[in-house]
Amino acid sequence: MTLVDRTARDLRQDIAAGSISAVEACRATLDRMSSVNPALNAFNHVDGERALARAAAIDRQRAAGERLGPLAGVPIALKDNMCVRGMRTTASSKILDSFIPPYDATVVNRLESAGAVIVGKTNCDEFAMGSSNENSAYGPVHNPWNLDATPGGSSGGSAAAVAARCVPLAFGSDTGGSIRQPASFCGVVGLKPTYGRVSRYGLLAFASSLDQIGPFARTVGDAAIALSIIAGHDPNDATSATTDVIDYAAGLNGDIRGVRVGVPRAFVSEGVDHRVRTAFDAALATLRDRGATLVDIELPHAKFAIPVYYLIATAEASSNLARYDGVKYGYRSPAAKDGPLKTMYSRTRDEGFGAEVKRRIMLGTYVLSAGYYDAFYLKAQQVRTLVRRDYEQAFASVDVVAMPTSPVPPFKLGEKTADPLQMYLGDVFTVSVNLAGLPGVNIPCGLSEGLPIGFQLIGRMFDEATILRVADAFERATDWHTATPPLD
Amino acid sequence: MSSLTIADVERIAALAHLELTDDEKPLFTRQLADILNYAEQLQAVDTTGVPATAHVTAATGAERPDEPRPSLPVADALANAPDAAHDSGLFRVPRVIG
Repeated sequence: MTLVDRTARDLRQDIAAGSISAVEACRATLDRMSSVNPALNAFNHVDGERALARAAAIDRQRAAGERLGPLAGVPIALKDNMCVRGMRTTASSKILDSFIPPYDATVVNRLESAGAVIVGKTNCDEFAMGSSNENSAYGPVHNPWNLDATPGGSSGGSAAAVAARCVPLAFGSDTGGSIRQPASFCGVVGLKPTYGRVSRYGLLAFASSLDQIGPFARTVGDAAIALSIIAGHDPNDATSATTDVIDYAAGLNGDIRGVRVGVPRAFVSEGVDHRVRTAFDAALATLRDRGATLVDIELPHAKFAIPVYYLIATAEASSNLARYDGVKYGYRSPAAKDGPLKTMYSRTRDEGFGAEVKRRIMLGTYVLSAGYYDAFYLKAQQVRTLVRRDYEQAFASVDVVAMPTSPVPPFKLGEKTADPLQMYLGDVFTVSVNLAGLPGVNIPCGLSEGLPIGFQLIGRMFDEATILRVADAFERATDWHTATPPLD
Repeated sequence: MSSLTIADVERIAALAHLELTDDEKPLFTRQLADILNYAEQLQAVDTTGVPATAHVTAATGAERPDEPRPSLPVADALANAPDAAHDSGLFRVPRVIG
């Protein structure tokens, strides 16, 4: 096993023990990135010099006998919508092409304090809007398992970077599935924590009532370690929760006897590709064999989650993205340099935003406008309540809910770009989880024609511990997580 | 069925400060109409007496002491501006009145 194949936990142990140095680990990662990234396009930005300097500092800490953090010397990558002071951050948008953040996101502070070494920023759909990573101003990311396939989105670069052994840990954001779906398409673990579990300070906002940051990893254990580091209250994010953070990795004991796993049979009976269905059914059988009890549940309003999501998320986006106006940061159109100001705004925004971002700003503006607010936006917020109540009712009799993550295996690049609505329909199993604010984790559960398939476990609010314990037990019983993409 | 017109799209674009090109207008009219027609299915859901969810954790208001804290230095705040008057600490914009 080479350095880049190791988990974050093993790498940190070896660095702490002195059997390898943080600089060696960092160099191995940078070498791996330069060999595979030209084919993948997973990174928008790599900062090897900064990373090597940080790694050298970890080695000095160790040599001096100082206490090392839980990710000391572990190379990580961040989706390019999280601010790192002094490191270009674009959200894969032309409108932020030259943006250099003047401050660090809270997750960046926490990860660097834990000793993690940031090697670069990963490609994504522009402003995290998309399900295939094809909405990036810097070109699509290619799936490491098949370069003609999409890695999923919007955090496609982070998922591909972990699957391709560039880094053992990467971070993304999930507003409607943007961590879980690319994790499924790339065959890695992807965790969306409970809304409010992780501070959003320094995350470029898309839909503020839905956005949440979480980790990608090759094992559930690494995702659990990462969550314990990034979770917790932050005075800079008033929506971050004060609920206690636990050692999530400590609870991974492999024992799921008696755990009640809810399966929404009616909801998952329609529109699911047979390859996904076969893998999902096998995953449920594995959980039952490990001692879990399968329970049929109903989520009668989950089928409305896509329209609810696309009305609410776009409404919030239209407001959040009003800040990109060519004044304070980012791109300004040269077309209206003599004014008037309004023309400068509208030309800047038309030239700076890509098509999908414009579509969503338009849709959100429409549903918030006079005459349509009650019929669309308010109605969507009411149905959101019903979606939440369905889950509350289900969790009265089960401990976790299991569903496919995506109704289809990874599709070909270019296959769905002409029809935005068809692309949205692929989010059927992920968006309800964001609407209800619940935690969800994708776990690899199959390979079909050389492409990964995953399923997700959804938990009660702030009960990441249980979904991670069940996911870990599944991982112990299967070897999907050890499969590697045929890149070399 | 939604009957979105190009004029509607132009009105929305003006509200959103987006100056769409002539190619974008018919395309967005068709695509947004598709999406809105799909969203019409929500009208069939009975929401009588159902409160709206704006935020899943809205019940837990966050308060903190009103104490002054350091803010971003002016030079840092201006550093990314496409056009700034750094000496006077101002963002510069084109004339406002057309």
